[in-house]
This record gives sequence, C-alpha cells and structure tokens, in this order.
Amino acid sequence: MSEQATLDAPRLSVPDRELSRARMKVGRAAWAARYYKDFSRDAVMAIADAVAKAGYEKAAQFAEEAVAETGFGVVEHKTIKNRLCTHDLLDYYRDLDLVTPRVDEARKIIELPKPAGVVFALAPATNPVATVYYKAMLAILSRNAIVLSPHPAAKAVSSAAARHLAQAAEATGAPAGLIQCVEAPSIPLVQDIMGSDRISVILATGGTAMVRAAYSSGNPALGVGPGNAVAYIDPTAKVDAAARCLVESKAFDNSVLCTNESVAITLGSNRGNMERALRSAGAHVCNETDTGRLRDYLFTDKGFNLDAIGKSATWIAERAGLRVNPSTKILVPVVETPGQDDLLFREKLCPVLTLTAAGDFEQALTFAKHTTRRGAGHSAAFHGEDTDRLVAFSQGVPVYRVVVNAPCSQGAAGFATHLPPSFTIGTGFAGRSSIGENLGPQHLVQWTRIAYGKDVPAALAGIDLDAVSSGRAMPAAPVASPEPATHRRSADVSRDELRRLILEELRSLKGGDA
Amino acid sequence: MFNYGYFSFESKDDLLKKAAEYWNPGKVSFWKEAGTPMVIDRREGYFLYDMSGKRLIDLHLNGGTYNFGHRHPELVEVLKSGLDYFDMGNHWFPSVARAAFAEKLVATAPHMKYAIFGAGGAEAVEIALKTARYATKRRKIVSIIKGYHGHSGLSVAAGDERFSKIFLSEMPDDFIQVPFNDIDALEAVLSKRDVAGFIIETIPATYGFPMPEDGYLRACQDLCRKYGTKFIADEVQTGLMRTGVMWGWQGYGLTPDMFVCGKGLGGGIYPISACLTTEECGAWLIEDGAAHISTSGGAELGCLVGHHVIEMLQRPEVVSNVNFVAEFFARGMAEMIERHSDIFVGVRQRGVVLGLEFDHPEGAVAVSRALYENGVWAIFSSLDKRVLQFKPGVVLDVDTCQEIMDRFDAAMPRARELLKTMRRAA
Ligand SMILES: Cc1ncc(COP(=O)(O)O)c(C=O)c1O
Repeated sequence: MSEQATLDAPRLSVPDRELSRARMKVGRAAWAARYYKDFSRDAVMAIADAVAKAGYEKAAQFAEEAVAETGFGVVEHKTIKNRLCTHDLLDYYRDLDLVTPRVDEARKIIELPKPAGVVFALAPATNPVATVYYKAMLAILSRNAIVLSPHPAAKAVSSAAARHLAQAAEATGAPAGLIQCVEAPSIPLVQDIMGSDRISVILATGGTAMVRAAYSSGNPALGVGPGNAVAYIDPTAKVDAAARCLVESKAFDNSVLCTNESVAITLGSNRGNMERALRSAGAHVCNETDTGRLRDYLFTDKGFNLDAIGKSATWIAERAGLRVNPSTKILVPVVETPGQDDLLFREKLCPVLTLTAAGDFEQALTFAKHTTRRGAGHSAAFHGEDTDRLVAFSQGVPVYRVVVNAPCSQGAAGFATHLPPSFTIGTGFAGRSSIGENLGPQHLVQWTRIAYGKDVPAALAGIDLDAVSSGRAMPAAPVASPEPATHRRSADVSRDELRRLILEELRSLKGGDA
Repeated sequence: MFNYGYFSFESKDDLLKKAAEYWNPGKVSFWKEAGTPMVIDRREGYFLYDMSGKRLIDLHLNGGTYNFGHRHPELVEVLKSGLDYFDMGNHWFPSVARAAFAEKLVATAPHMKYAIFGAGGAEAVEIALKTARYATKRRKIVSIIKGYHGHSGLSVAAGDERFSKIFLSEMPDDFIQVPFNDIDALEAVLSKRDVAGFIIETIPATYGFPMPEDGYLRACQDLCRKYGTKFIADEVQTGLMRTGVMWGWQGYGLTPDMFVCGKGLGGGIYPISACLTTEECGAWLIEDGAAHISTSGGAELGCLVGHHVIEMLQRPEVVSNVNFVAEFFARGMAEMIERHSDIFVGVRQRGVVLGLEFDHPEGAVAVSRALYENGVWAIFSSLDKRVLQFKPGVVLDVDTCQEIMDRFDAAMPRARELLKTMRRAA
C-alpha cells in the first residue's frame, strides 16, 4: 500500500462548511430582521412572552446539559440564572417600549425607533444558556434578528437552547431565522463574521482577546471586559450579614459570573470578626500553608489555572491539597496586608475569595482602586452603613456598579438589586467598552428624531404614525428550524428537590420577598 | 484597452467586431438591436459587469446555472481543490467522484436507481429519450408544444420547430407534440400504445413558465402509466431548489420514470448534467454499459462540484433563504402589478421561478431592455415574448432583492415608453 493510501486525512482540501453556513445564517437573519423591524408592539410582546415561557420550561434541562458539557458551575444555580432570563428579564423590560414612536409635543420632536438589524452575539462557556436566553430576549424586545456564536466548549447546549427559543418564536409568528446559533464555532469563523459588513452590531461577552477583536472588527460593538470585584467591608457593616452575602455570592454557580467578588478587604480591627463570620457562613478560612497551596494551585506560570473555573470549593480544596469540611462553600485565602503583587488579588472565576485587611479606610480605598483596575469598569461591593465612605469608595474605584449590602455576583448582574438584569456588564470607558451600564434592549435600537424648528408651528398630535409598524406577524413559518439534536437527559436530582432548591435560592436572591 | 493576458481588445466595439467576424454575427447583431448589447466582463455573486463597466443584477442566471450566483467562493474553492487531485477523468472507468456524486443524486430521489451523466442538458435529455426507447422498445416521443429540451438530435426534435426546422432536424413521424395543459390531447396520442416517452418541463421555461393546471402533471403521469409510456420530467430549470424543493416534480407529488437536470448542477463553473432513471428503465446499464458514452459527460471535476452543490442546497439556511426570496417577490410583484397594471398584467410564480406577463406580443423584449438600462438583466421567453423570465438566485440577500424591486419600479416608465413606440410602429 502506498503511504498515502494508509493515511486517513482527506486527500482534497474541503471548504470550511461551518463558515459558509454561518454566512448564510447572517443572510437569513437579515431577511428576518427586515420583516421583524415592522412588527407591532403587541406582536413583539407576544413573541417575547412565548420565548420566555419556552425558556422557562427547559431552564433546568439546559442547566443540567450545560454543566455536563462544560464542567462549569452548579445545575441548581444555572437553572436559576436561566429562569431569571425568561419571565423576570421580560418583566423588567415590559414597560420599556422600543416599538412605538415617541412624541414630545413640548420640544416638537418625534422619535421613530430603528432597530440595528442583525445582531451577532458571542456567548461564553461559563454562562452559556443564560447568555443565549438573555441576548435572544434583548433582540426580540428591540426587534432585531440575532445570530449567536457560543463558546466551542458549550456549543451543543447553546445550539439546543437557541433552537428551542427559535421554535417558540416562530410558532408565535416571528419570521424564520430570527434566532439562530452557529453550530460549530471557531476563531476564524467568529473573526470572519465579526468583520462582515452584513452584521449591524456585535455583542461580545467573553475573553478579553475576543472582546478586543470585536472592537477591532470595524463594526459597531458592545463588548465588555473582565471583572475583578473588590468587596469592602466597613466596620459599620453587620458582619454576619456581610459574610453571608460574600459566601452566597462566591458559591453561586461556583463564581462563574464575572460579577463575583475576587477580594474582600476590611480594616485590621475588623478582621477577626470577619474571619469568624465567614467561617460560620460556610467558608474555609485558610492558614498560611493553605493560602500558599491555593496560590500555587490556582496560579501557574501560564496564568490562572483553567481547570478551576466554575468548580466547587471542595473540588478545588482537594486538588490544591487542603483538608476542608465537606460542607465548605467557599475557600478564603488570607493575605495579611493589601499589596498589588500577590497573585491571589487577581480575578478568580471559582469560589475562592481572598481576604485582606487594611490599616485604615484610606489604605483600603487605595487598594481597591488598584485591584479593580484589573477588572476596570466592572463591579465592586460595599458592606456597611457609613454613607460618606460609600460615596468616597464609589467615587474612587474605577467601576460602574457598586453593590451595597448584597451579594455582588447577583447584585451587579441585576438579580439581587434593582439594576437591569444582565449577563453583559458594560465596563465603559474605564474598561475599554462602549457602554458602562448593564446591557439592555435599548442599546440595540437607535431613533430617528424628527425635529421641528423652535419657532415654527408643529401640530404633532395630528401626525399619523400608524404606518411605522405594520402589526403583521409572519404567516406560519414556511420552513421548520433545523432538526433539534437529541438531548442527553439524566435526572439525578429529583424534580421536587430541584424546585425546592430553586425557590430557596430565589428567595435569598431577592432579599427574602420572593 | 482590455488586456486579459492571453488576449486583448482595444475596446468593447473592437470585441463586438471580432465576435461578429469570427464567432456569431447573428447573435452580435441581435442583442445590439434589442438594446441590450451586453458583453459580460467581470462577474461576482449576483452581479454582472458589462465591458463598459455597467453593473447588472443577474436575474437570468442562464436558467439557473448561476443559482448560487457567479463564482460562489465556496464552489470555486471546491473546484480549485479538485484540480489539485483530479482532472476530467476517463469516462470508461468507474471513478470515486462519479460514484459518490451518483449516490448523492440518487439519495435526493429515492425511487430512482441510477444517475447517468452528461455534459449538458441536451445530452441528459438525449439519454432519457434513448432510455425510454430502450425500456419500451417503442420509438415515438411526445412532448408539449413550445417545450424546450435542448438542441441536440433528439432533444431538438422534441422542442419547438423554431430550432429544428432550420437544420432540417424535425422528425414529425416519431416526435409528436400536444398542447400544454391539455390532458385529452395527450391521451389521444398515448392511447395508441406506441409512445416510448412523454417528456415535459415541470414548468415550461422557454414558454414563459406557464403554470401547470391543478392535477395536470399528475394526470400526465397517470396516462403514461396507463399506456406504458415513460414519464420524463425535464428539471433543467425547475430543479435544484428553484421551486422551493430539490426537484420540481417533488412539489407536485410525482414519481417520474426519469428526470434530467443540468445547468446549476455544475455551480456555473464546471459543466455537468444528469439523467436519473428507475431500475427498470436503466436496465441497459447492465446489458451494455457502454451503449451511451461521452468523453466529457460526468467529468470528475464536475462530479465533485455537483456533489457540493447538492450538499449546499440541502442546508436549512438555503432552504429558508429560498422561501424568503420567493415570498419577497410574491409580495413585491403583487404591489408592482397594481402600480403598473396598464402594461404589467400577470405573474406566474413557483418558488424563485417567475414569469412576468406584459400586455404586448413582444412586451418582455421592451421590459428586458428597460430593466437593462436600469441595471437589471432579465431575459424574455423565446417562445412567448410577452413573458419576462425573472429568476432570482437561491442565496440572494435581502438588500439586493430590495434593490431589484426598486430598479424594477424605476424601469416601468421606460418600459411603458418603449411599448408605446412598438405599438405605434405596429
Ligand atoms: C428545460 C431545459 N431543458 C434542456 C435544456 C438544454 O440544456 P443545455 O443548453 O445545457 O443543453 C435547457 C436549456 O436552456 C432547458 O431550459
């Protein structure tokens, strides 16, 4: 046999089918956007409701599949996150009308909403389904079509989730192709589509390299940088409550939300209290040896140890060589004094929270400023009652969200505060991003402003604006969505148990009033 | 100066002069007189560029040859990669590309057994007609009046005499024509039980895409079965997703004994055609496999491209795009016909196959010219010049579609003016 005949590699080079299909998806999305941009508010809300309902129904199943596929996070917590991106997200934006023209009689201005068109959205491996749900909902509410590109490590569950939502949308009259997902993403594919003149805007949530590439693409982009949240615990804080917030936040989905606290800083006088409170909230507070082991395990020569992302505290403890109580929820290495050089002050997408203590508030603030600069524009937390210090802290740190007396993971993402619920946290100018707020549907619509001269007569009330949206839903989709993949199913947690856990978590997230 | 490296021309006029001198004076002068003196220079996607630099959106697509547009990058890549390994191949022998492509084609039409390859549509028709004669041991072939199946011996005899008479190639004893949509006329000839095959374009293209009446094609097929005649669908213009399904006959619930396809099968970059047959009809392939042979029929490079064309057409994104394009022009033309009802009197449509009727015996010639002047290339139907063939591609994008509609609208006053002059001259 010739050498070649024994090789299995293809003898001809084959074009990148996935790239070609992705381009076709963008073309299809442009068709969908063309029709969808004229949908009436009622039609839009009907689709949003149907998609929320469909998403809610499969939130647990997709959570399970996401954890199985990626190895990141906690099924119960992912279920909560997925669900939050359905009815809760929709309810938050229910009264934000991005469809109806706005008439300002006093200023003689009429505003007509103009959706972006085709949104190209990247989704990370850490929050795959929640991001698909969330970005799809934003697109629906803003009358855009969306093509999602999941992280390769989460492609199966992300495509399945997108298909599921697409089917619900189409069944409610949305044009075919409104919600699509790239099935086999790759870096060249993403770069090609990001640079394409057929897309209108990029929503980039993911690694820094991807986000920077989005901004370099030549297309409008809404990208966000990484976080490195600092929580300052003032001596005026209720120390037990603060510790509970920290533990809950860090344990939530094993800290894969970029809003999770990386470092907790308090004053020296308060440190003993803090350690005790953390312990009783379920943290393992490390001695010097444990702290050293954790540092060595988490930070290798190549940077943060990716194996640790989204893993549980006990899993990490075992790998790092720490002996901990099996009920441990988070690990707390302790660095005696705040400084900039300790690796443990860097971002950690895992339930490890570095504790340190400053001599006074000024020193704590200086430390917080420098530390948050590694996750510039992102989030920070403040625990305490001293509002002067709260203001000084917020003014000083280069972040756009300061969560007060609440878990930062859920707080900055808008689930435990009244901030907009979001999985795309604008890191603003400080974080080299174009938005500093939590991304919402309003960022995907621009308005044409009809402005009369100040001194000329303008009978705005008499202007017929009905032609702006047709109110027409599509006839039943002529082509069904691609065949859904068969789902792997394994129910090792009983339904009731799951429901109970979710309710419990939801209650705590919403401050007990759920 | 038009320097192409291998040859060069001073100007477009220089080229036209040489083309008339050495190539085909009739065609050169015809297009000049028609007011559409196009010489396609560059081409890309659904755009053509005349030598003058004028850009035209291609809605002729050579009958679907450019279904995916011109030089689709993915198909070009396939052909280029094929050239690193294959050439046309040797038609005497089995080959990987031919076997793979035949299997792929047969899989699109499960009641078929074999795919027999040719280089062009006419050759595939030739194969089908010969196969029908083999399978029935009868000679007669029936087709419809104003049908079109190509210009080779048997295929041209099955078509309109406009193309056979000049070459004394009509064969009235063996080739009988019946009116389209007339089932009784067909029964009258088939009932003599001496007809080998009935060949019909699923929607007759060169006749201007008149739509088969409800149940007509089904009844034709039933009559064929009843009288022992092979039913042959010519899918050269209706195949390859152009009617919204892979093969036009599928949409009418038919199971032809044979069907032929060509044009877009080679992606517009490598000629190839095929005749698919049932096991029974294809029995000659067992008896004497070399009974039909053609050096460039089923060239391996064509098979490779064709294989990929079918794969691309099956993608859900393409299927969906065809629906969008079809829906867009259905809505758009309904609007146009309202705005221009004085000249524009009818739309025939199935998928992305459209025939637009104008109120003058040569109406489509004028409209073709008016569109040309407005940057759109669409051709009249040779056998019914009232009707403009309007054939958008399967992966056309929304912006280009909108541009086509806008240009169409803008061309109507000019068409009206041309028609007025034609009426006055008449
Ligand atoms: C329906 C039909 N059949 C057959 C043919 C002949 O194909 P070719 O020109 O490749 O021989 C054509 C060409 O236009 C056609 O439209």
